[in-house]
Amino acid sequence: MSAAFHTDISPVVATGEAAFQAARQQRRLATLVAIAVLVPCLLLAGWVSEAWPSTIWAGLPRIGEYFWRILPSLSLDHLFGGTKTEGSLAFWFYRAPEWLWLLFETANMAALATLMGSAVSLVLAFPAARNLSPSPLIYQLTRRGLEALRTVPEIVYALIFVWAFGVGALAGILAIALHTAGANGKLFAEAIENTDLGAWDGVRSAGGSWALACRYAILPQVLPNLISYFLLRFEVNIRSASVVGFVGAGGIGAELYQVISFNYYEEISAIILLIILAVASIDLLSERLRHAIIGRLGGPA
Amino acid sequence: MLQIQSLTRRFGERTAVNEVSLSIPAGQMVGVIGRSGAGKSTLLRMLNRLTEPSSGRILHDGMDVTALKGQALRDWRTRCAMIFQQFNLVQRLDVLTNVLVGRLNHRPLISSLLGRFTAAERAMALEALDRFDLADQALQRADTLSGGQQQRVAIARALMQQPRVILADEPIASLDPRNAKVVMDALRDVNKRDGLTVLVNLHHLDTAREYCDRIVAMQAGRVMFDGTPAELTAEKVREIYGVDEAEFHEQAEEAVRPKHTVAA
Ligand SMILES: Nc1ncnc2c1ncn2[C@@H]1O[C@H](COP(=O)(O)OP(=O)(O)OP(=O)(O)O)[C@@H](O)[C@H]1O
Ligand SMILES: [Mg+2]
Repeated sequence: MSAAFHTDISPVVATGEAAFQAARQQRRLATLVAIAVLVPCLLLAGWVSEAWPSTIWAGLPRIGEYFWRILPSLSLDHLFGGTKTEGSLAFWFYRAPEWLWLLFETANMAALATLMGSAVSLVLAFPAARNLSPSPLIYQLTRRGLEALRTVPEIVYALIFVWAFGVGALAGILAIALHTAGANGKLFAEAIENTDLGAWDGVRSAGGSWALACRYAILPQVLPNLISYFLLRFEVNIRSASVVGFVGAGGIGAELYQVISFNYYEEISAIILLIILAVASIDLLSERLRHAIIGRLGGPA
Repeated sequence: MLQIQSLTRRFGERTAVNEVSLSIPAGQMVGVIGRSGAGKSTLLRMLNRLTEPSSGRILHDGMDVTALKGQALRDWRTRCAMIFQQFNLVQRLDVLTNVLVGRLNHRPLISSLLGRFTAAERAMALEALDRFDLADQALQRADTLSGGQQQRVAIARALMQQPRVILADEPIASLDPRNAKVVMDALRDVNKRDGLTVLVNLHHLDTAREYCDRIVAMQAGRVMFDGTPAELTAEKVREIYGVDEAEFHEQAEEAVRPKHTVAA
C-alpha cells in the first residue's frame, strides 16, 4: 500500500501510519496465538469429557424417539371429550387442577425467592461497586462473596436445605434466593459502577454519609436498571423453581421428576407444556410491567 | 476565619496545588482565577475534604479541618457547602428532594433512608427555593430545569445546610451570560445578606472583578497574586500569565467549554 502514497507525506502521517501498522501487526499476532491455544484446548476438553462426535451422532435419533413417545395420542373425533374419553384433551390433562396448583406454588416460590435474594443484592451491591466501595478490602470481600453465592447451583443449595429443613417449598425458596443474591448482586454492582458520580459528590459535599449518598445520589439513577434485572431474574427463577422440586424442594418439579422416572410419557408432555405456557405468559407480563414501571420513572426502556 | 497553611496536593508526579497559604476573614467574597489545570478545583475540593490534601493544614476558627473524621468531617462539610460547575444535582429526583439533601446530616439516619422529611423541613426548603424564584418548580424533576435554574437549586440546597462558607467551583462556566448573572447575583446575595464567606472559582476576570472583594490568581498550583480587584491591573495579568487579558479569556474558556454542554 505504501507505494500508493505521495512522496511528500508529512512526518506526522508517516509516524502515525507506522504506529497503526505496528498495532495491527500485533493484534493479528495476538489473534493467531489465541487460536493456537484455543483449538487444542477445545479438542482436549472434548476428549476428556468423552464428547465424541460419534456418540452425539448415535444419540441424536434417540432424542427424537423420546419426543415421539411423550407426544399424546389425540384423536380428532374425541378431542373435546371428557376426562374418561381416550384421545381427548381433557384425558391428556386429566390432572390439570393439581398441576395448576403446583404451578402456582412454583411461581410463588420464584417470586418470594427473587424478592428475598434481590433485597440482599441491593444491600451488597453498593460495597461491591468499585467506584463507591469504602475500601478495597470490603470491595474484594463482597465481590468474592457474591461470586461464591452464585457459583453454587440452586439444586445443590436445594439438596442442603432439604436435608436441613425437610422436604417442601421453604428449602426451594431459600436455595433460589441465595443464588439470586449472588447473580443480581453482580449485575446491580455493575449498574452502579456505570453511574455518573456528580450527584454523589453533591450529596457527600452536603455532609451526607456514605449510606445516605447511596440512597439519594445513586439509587434514583440506577433504579430503572435494577427493576429490569429484578424482573428478568424472576423469569429465570420460574425455571429454577420448576427444577428444584427434583430433590424435594417444592413446586412442580417433584411431580415432573416422578412422571419422568415412571415413564408416564403423556403426562411428561402435559406438564412441560404447562410450564412453557406459564413461563411464556409471565415473560409477557413482566415485559409489560417493566415498560410500565420504567415509563413511569421516565428512564431508558 | 479560614486559614489555609502550605496546602499541597500531588497526583502522582504532578503537583496540582503547591504550598498554598491564604487567610480568609469571615464574610469575604473571594474569587480564585487561573487557567485550566491551575489547581483551582483541587484547592476548593480540599477545603470541603472531597479531595484529601497531601500535606498542609486547613483551620476554620481555630479548628483543624484536615484532621476531621467520620461525623465531625460530615459536620464540617455541612458547614462549608459546595457548588459545582455541573450542578451535581440528583437528576432523577424532584427539585424539593434535591434541596432537602442539604438537611441529610441534620437528621436521624433511618428516617432519612426512608425519605421521610418533616413538614417543617419542607417549608424551609420551599422558602429557600422561593428566594431564588423556584418555588413553582419544586415538584419537577431536576433534569427538566434549565442550567441556570439547576444552579440556583444547588445554591438553595447549600443554604439548607446552614453553612458558614460556600465553595463554588466554576458555578457559571456552563451557563449563558444571562443565567450566569442570575447565579452570580444569588451568590453575592448570600454573601452580603447572610454574611457567608464565599470562595468562587472563576475563569472570567471581569466577573471576578465585578463580584469579588478579593482576587487570588493561581498558576501551576501556586498563588501568583492575592489582592483587591483594583490591584489586578492588565499589566499584572500580563506579568503573571505572560499573555494579555483577551488571550487569557480565550484560553480559559476553551478549557471549560468542551467538558460538558448543558442544554437550555
Ligand atoms: N483526580 C485526579 N487525578 C489525577 N490528576 C488530577 C486529578 N484531579 C486533578 N488532577 C490534575 O491536577 C491539576 C489541577 O487540576 P484542577 O482540576 O484543580 O485544575 P483547575 O484549575 O480546576 O482547572 P479547570 O479550570 O480546567 O477546572 C491538573 O493538572 C489535573 O490534571
Ligand atoms: Mg476546575
